[in-house]
Amino acid sequence: MAFFEGNNMTGGYGKGPDIINSCSVNVERGEIVSILGPNGAGKSTAMKAMLGLLNLKSGTVIIDGRDISDLSPQDRVKEGISFVPQTKNVFSGMTVEENLEMGAFLINNEYKLVKDEIYDLFPILGKKKGQLVGELSGGQRQQVALGRALMIKPSVLMLDEPTAGVSPIVMDELFDHIVKVKQTNVAILMVEQNAKQALNISDRGYVLVTGENRYSGTGKELLNDPRVRSSFLGG
Amino acid sequence: MDFINAIILLLNYIFVPALAYGSQLALGAIFVTLIYGILRFANFATGDMMSFGTMFTILFTWYFQSLGISLGVLPTALLAIPFAIIFMIGYMLLVDKFVFKYYRVNKSPPVQLAMVSIGVMFVTQAVVRIIIGPSDRRFFDGEKFIIKAGEFKEMTGLNEGLAIKSTQVITIIVTMILVSTLFWFLNKTKTGKSMRAYSDNEDLALLSGIDPKKIVLITWIIAGILATIGGALYGLDKSFKPFTYFNNMLPIFAAAIVGGIGNPFGAFLGGYVIAFSEILLTYAYRKFFMYVLPETMEPGGLVQLLSTDYKFAVSFSILVIVLLYRPSGIFKGKVL
Repeated sequence: MAFFEGNNMTGGYGKGPDIINSCSVNVERGEIVSILGPNGAGKSTAMKAMLGLLNLKSGTVIIDGRDISDLSPQDRVKEGISFVPQTKNVFSGMTVEENLEMGAFLINNEYKLVKDEIYDLFPILGKKKGQLVGELSGGQRQQVALGRALMIKPSVLMLDEPTAGVSPIVMDELFDHIVKVKQTNVAILMVEQNAKQALNISDRGYVLVTGENRYSGTGKELLNDPRVRSSFLGG
Repeated sequence: MDFINAIILLLNYIFVPALAYGSQLALGAIFVTLIYGILRFANFATGDMMSFGTMFTILFTWYFQSLGISLGVLPTALLAIPFAIIFMIGYMLLVDKFVFKYYRVNKSPPVQLAMVSIGVMFVTQAVVRIIIGPSDRRFFDGEKFIIKAGEFKEMTGLNEGLAIKSTQVITIIVTMILVSTLFWFLNKTKTGKSMRAYSDNEDLALLSGIDPKKIVLITWIIAGILATIGGALYGLDKSFKPFTYFNNMLPIFAAAIVGGIGNPFGAFLGGYVIAFSEILLTYAYRKFFMYVLPETMEPGGLVQLLSTDYKFAVSFSILVIVLLYRPSGIFKGKVL
């Protein structure tokens, strides 16, 4: 039994058709798991289902042995699950420091210590703490988004395409940061378009096709699997 | 000497009144901008909510006067305001619960909520007219002037007098205290920051664990305070007439939009921009030019750019110009 798992999840948005069908994903603490697949495969949907953003018709979401399938997203945040959306993942009209503070909204006691840890993890944020996030570069904004999500000291961090729209150099830098976060014993689940690079840093990966699990395995296995290579990694 | 007289003239007829009027508009504009930024709709009931709050201020003022309670040189209304605020907030929360909440929960588009607020406007207007009637009311008591024009002339030996009404000074002082407290709250406290976060990015605010119900509640509480105080100050300074309050909605919206809607500080400054433009453009400068120009060049007419009847045209023009050339406002706000 893994630390955070979604078992046989089926569901879609509102009253629309099912986007994921009996999809299962799980992640251990201190592990990076990537969800890959072609466009429209339901990768982000699977992740959002685990966060509680859509109603599941069947299937369960379990953290640390507890069934949280019926909890609202806010209540799941209280369980230590943090989510970084793909877009609009920062408060752009607020400063870096205020963004982190808002991330710690649920922690009533000393969040200042956590804030210093975040500044250690992302030194650039410490230098720009008074600046409006809307004025930062794309890569720095993603770091703010990661930092905000880490403020509650989550046990699970879910990232929806953390490297979308940043340059290759910044992408490598962000992946380095994600690995650093993993070393703090956080379970990391991410959806990625840059499949090769994502698998390089991932312990395991899932390939979804039309909302179902198609392949799964360790990062290396998937990278070397000829079927995965030909269909998703470009040969 | 003529030059000093000219300056006093402008201070007396433009600067002091505009500063007071601007403060009253600013409070209304911050109210509009908060509702727009956090509840995400243009609240057309703004003017009438302000008249609702003022109505309660007047009722309480009458009640206190009947009990023989007064503040001496200060208007009794100042004592009545806190009680009126409670009623105003109660009314707003009631309206929110039975009207706005439904549309918010259903995630209705902002235009729909704006239309709903027009309905609220009509109902509020009717309630005010039923309770206190449509006529003009003055509820000011206490010392009217801080400096009287005559006294000023005697003191300085100038031809022009400078009259400063106590309501003007009260307006400016109360506005400064209220606005600085509000900005301190929004920028320094956790709840205030969470309101800004909610306004900035609602989904992420929810993901961070910010409780939307609490945000909505606090927004209406602040709105109730701003509406009552803004309305009561305007009523004290001029007079209370429900229709005037409805009319004031135009300069108030203009102020909020000039300042960049959703940006409270912009709305605050926007209030003064509108007030000064209105008064500067509708003032008759004849006497001013008589002082500064040599006698031979004395102007024949009133030298008034616009009749005071057109003062709303000024705010409307500013509104249109800003929307055409700088839709996000002078200070950065949300683009409408």
